[in-house]
Amino acid sequence: MKKIKNSLGALTMPLVALGVLLLFNLIRCIVTGSWSFYEISIATDEKGSVLTGNLISIIDSASALVILAMGMTLVTAACGGQDISVGAVGAIAGAFFVIMMHPQKEVQMSTLTSVAWPNVILGVVVAIIAAVIFCLFNGVLVAYFKIQPMIATLILFSCGRSIAYYFLYQALGVGSIKLDDPIIFAIGKTIPGVPIPTSIFVVILVGLLMWLIFKRTNLRLYTQAVGINQKAAQLNGINPVMVKLLSFVMLGVCVAVAAIVKSTSLSTLTTKSLMDSFEMDAILAVAIGANNLGGGKFRLGGSILGAYTIQTLTTTLNAMEVSSDSMKFYKAIVIIVIMVAGSPVVRNWIVSLGNKIKMTTRAARVKEVE
Amino acid sequence: MPNMENQAVLTMRGICKQFPGTKALNNVDFTLRKGEIHALMGENGAGKSTLIKVLTGVYGKDAGSIWVDGTEGEARIHSPQDAQNIGISTVYQEITLCPNLSVAENMFIGRTKGPFVNWWSRNKRTTEILESLNIPARARQELSQCSLAVQQMVAIARAVDMNCKVLILDEPTSSLDEHEVEMLFGLMRDLRDRGVGIIFVTHFLEQVYAVSDRITVLRNGELVGEWPVAELPQVELVARMMGKDLDDMVDLDAVGEKSVGSDETVYEAVGLSSTECKPFDFQIHKGEVNGFTGLLGSGRSESVRAIFGADRVTGGMVMVKGQHAVINKPYRAMKKGIGYLPEDRKRDGIVADLSVRENIILALQVMKGFFHPMSRDEMEAFADEYIKALQIKTASQETPIGSLSGGNQQKVILARWLLTHPDYLILDEPTRGIDVGTKLEIQRLVLKLAEEGMSVTFISSEIEEMLRTCSRLIVMRDRNIVGELTGDQLTQGQIMRTIAGGEQ
Ligand SMILES: Nc1ncnc2c1ncn2[C@@H]1O[C@H](COP(=O)(O)OP(=O)(O)OP(=O)(O)O)[C@@H](O)[C@H]1O
Ligand SMILES: [Mg+2]
Repeated sequence: MKKIKNSLGALTMPLVALGVLLLFNLIRCIVTGSWSFYEISIATDEKGSVLTGNLISIIDSASALVILAMGMTLVTAACGGQDISVGAVGAIAGAFFVIMMHPQKEVQMSTLTSVAWPNVILGVVVAIIAAVIFCLFNGVLVAYFKIQPMIATLILFSCGRSIAYYFLYQALGVGSIKLDDPIIFAIGKTIPGVPIPTSIFVVILVGLLMWLIFKRTNLRLYTQAVGINQKAAQLNGINPVMVKLLSFVMLGVCVAVAAIVKSTSLSTLTTKSLMDSFEMDAILAVAIGANNLGGGKFRLGGSILGAYTIQTLTTTLNAMEVSSDSMKFYKAIVIIVIMVAGSPVVRNWIVSLGNKIKMTTRAARVKEVE
Repeated sequence: MPNMENQAVLTMRGICKQFPGTKALNNVDFTLRKGEIHALMGENGAGKSTLIKVLTGVYGKDAGSIWVDGTEGEARIHSPQDAQNIGISTVYQEITLCPNLSVAENMFIGRTKGPFVNWWSRNKRTTEILESLNIPARARQELSQCSLAVQQMVAIARAVDMNCKVLILDEPTSSLDEHEVEMLFGLMRDLRDRGVGIIFVTHFLEQVYAVSDRITVLRNGELVGEWPVAELPQVELVARMMGKDLDDMVDLDAVGEKSVGSDETVYEAVGLSSTECKPFDFQIHKGEVNGFTGLLGSGRSESVRAIFGADRVTGGMVMVKGQHAVINKPYRAMKKGIGYLPEDRKRDGIVADLSVRENIILALQVMKGFFHPMSRDEMEAFADEYIKALQIKTASQETPIGSLSGGNQQKVILARWLLTHPDYLILDEPTRGIDVGTKLEIQRLVLKLAEEGMSVTFISSEIEEMLRTCSRLIVMRDRNIVGELTGDQLTQGQIMRTIAGGEQ
């Protein structure tokens, strides 16, 4: 019981943020009298029935971000900095995914149709390998050459999309390609007969995998020790370089999976825009999850909640029909409020206020007795 | 203003401070008079540092009042900046300067008035201060290039320069050698004569009696009392700190028989060298306690770091239990049964945000390997065992080690290495920041471990401590071993002569 209370305490900030957003929508529903935001309905067409509604769409569209945020959390914890090239590396992974799925090469085509399962699996594997290799490139710069993560990953941030374009163009002669195939539909949207979006299962799978890794290895302890005090970690026999590289490998896997989820759900892959500005949202998710961006202790659960919070915010603003131009502005305001409310200054202030109240009530009680 | 004695520069009444799970201060009173050196004493975790941090605005107090001479009404101190402005200067227990800034920058950081900085006059002023205090550092030098002791002196110089009424020194001498301590005392007496009130926190009793005028004792966050130095003999002071009767204090100095060890060599190095130390030969027998001694910077810490593979090893041959071994990184040393407690607790020892439990099991867990995490129950049992054995004062196992008092942090690191049950344990300043009672306990523990067959290398700036525990002393000067003392040669005079190079 106490353990549950402790871990909930650590997740207060993202939980409250998410709760407030949902509450805001509740009030909005009451005021406007329309409950469309909370409605979940079953839509049926020739492919079967699926659940629809804002809540489902939030969970569905957050999937790629949730997966990415998990990887970003690990890198942040181990290296005390963020990988800003994840969007670009995602584009590269996406490009390899499509290239491998494409059955006949050297044909210019703008739509990919009729893919086979073996090719899809090959595509997933190669995408993961490619993303891991590129993330390892970042990792070597950060862990071995001790370059600041932000600077090290700036390289791929600026040229990663060109690399993706180069590969896709060399293979298929295009920079953007539509994905129109039942298998891709099943991956990106829903499997026929299953009413829940597939991406939710992917998130659960990745989450389970992470959980298993944390349970079966010392990854958490090592990562936190390296992130908090590298010298001490080293003197206790931990190899900081390996731990940091490992965090980048895990990020690579997450990036590839996120890229596959995103591109299949959009039914299109554009090297220029796939996962565009995702790096910022992923970093934000880590921060909203009350993780220290300077490294050290981390909570994966916090980042996951953070990612859902960001998506809830976006969906809420969409539901309120905020124009996409002013969207960023409102988003920024809400995020500032969340970050300030969760800052150590405000937290300490609340704690010391609580102590003072306790002391004065006690003093008052003593006086009463006298 | 109630109870404000004449001449009081600082009056604290009814101070309370609560941390989650710990009542760090409970209704504490403290009075500092003009021109006195006031020692604040107490065991590890008694609340000394907390009292100081409340006074300087690092922590807000839950209850109580503070009056400072020259300020109308109650002093409102909400930040270290406020404290500085009303004339309270502090040197904290852990050095809080910026190592990558220059000495001059560190002296003036956080004290800028207005946006403009005249670096030339600043450097000049810094040079003057450094010279007047005899501190061997240059204004433009990067701070991290200075030794720990010099860094400490710079922190003090920084505090002194501010024309303060109250100067607070929280364990300022724990990394200074005797000569530097004398220098610091000269400085303290000088300031006292100019009317500054000085609060002095230390665990070295002789130092208290050498400079202080008055002593206040805390225990478990409560005030025990205040005495003029002359009225509180040393034994009684210790008794007050530990909360024991005078009668129980008789066997305080007896730590036990020294252990010479058997003939079996546990560790042997020939021509071992690292990037930080010159080649040296060394060996230790099973069950032996030996020590490296020498002035600060003589290379004693660097030598043991080379043994543990903490610095890059550049040459030499190593035998562990009669077998060749390559120890070029800590992990290899640990696998060979060697443990190492580093000198600088904050930099090399603690993993501040991790819990006491995780800090205790860290080394053992690493030795078990990446793919073999211990179960939660196992970890908790280990942590529990050592928290009890070493009497570590902590709210719970899950408390972050960073919020423990300095001495208790040290005990946690010691527990970490004891838990790995090494054959050969290297302790570099294991009693730094540890209270008198516990110091003796650690010395006893070392001798007991040696009796059970562990080999120990013990390094300490306090020569008496080494004389009490070590059966063999290796004396170093200028990064070379200049002598080895055993048996009857183990006297303070002989050590000093060897260090000075009089005879070998
Ligand atoms: N930031 C904090 N959070 C929680 N507990 C704290 C914090 N700072 C101190 N404590 C607790 O308050 C108590 C008093 O600690 P303090 O540092 O004042 O001791 P001390 O007398 O300075 O001891 P030492 O001689 O070891 O330095 C300890 O039990 C410590 O664990
Ligand atoms: Mg202290």
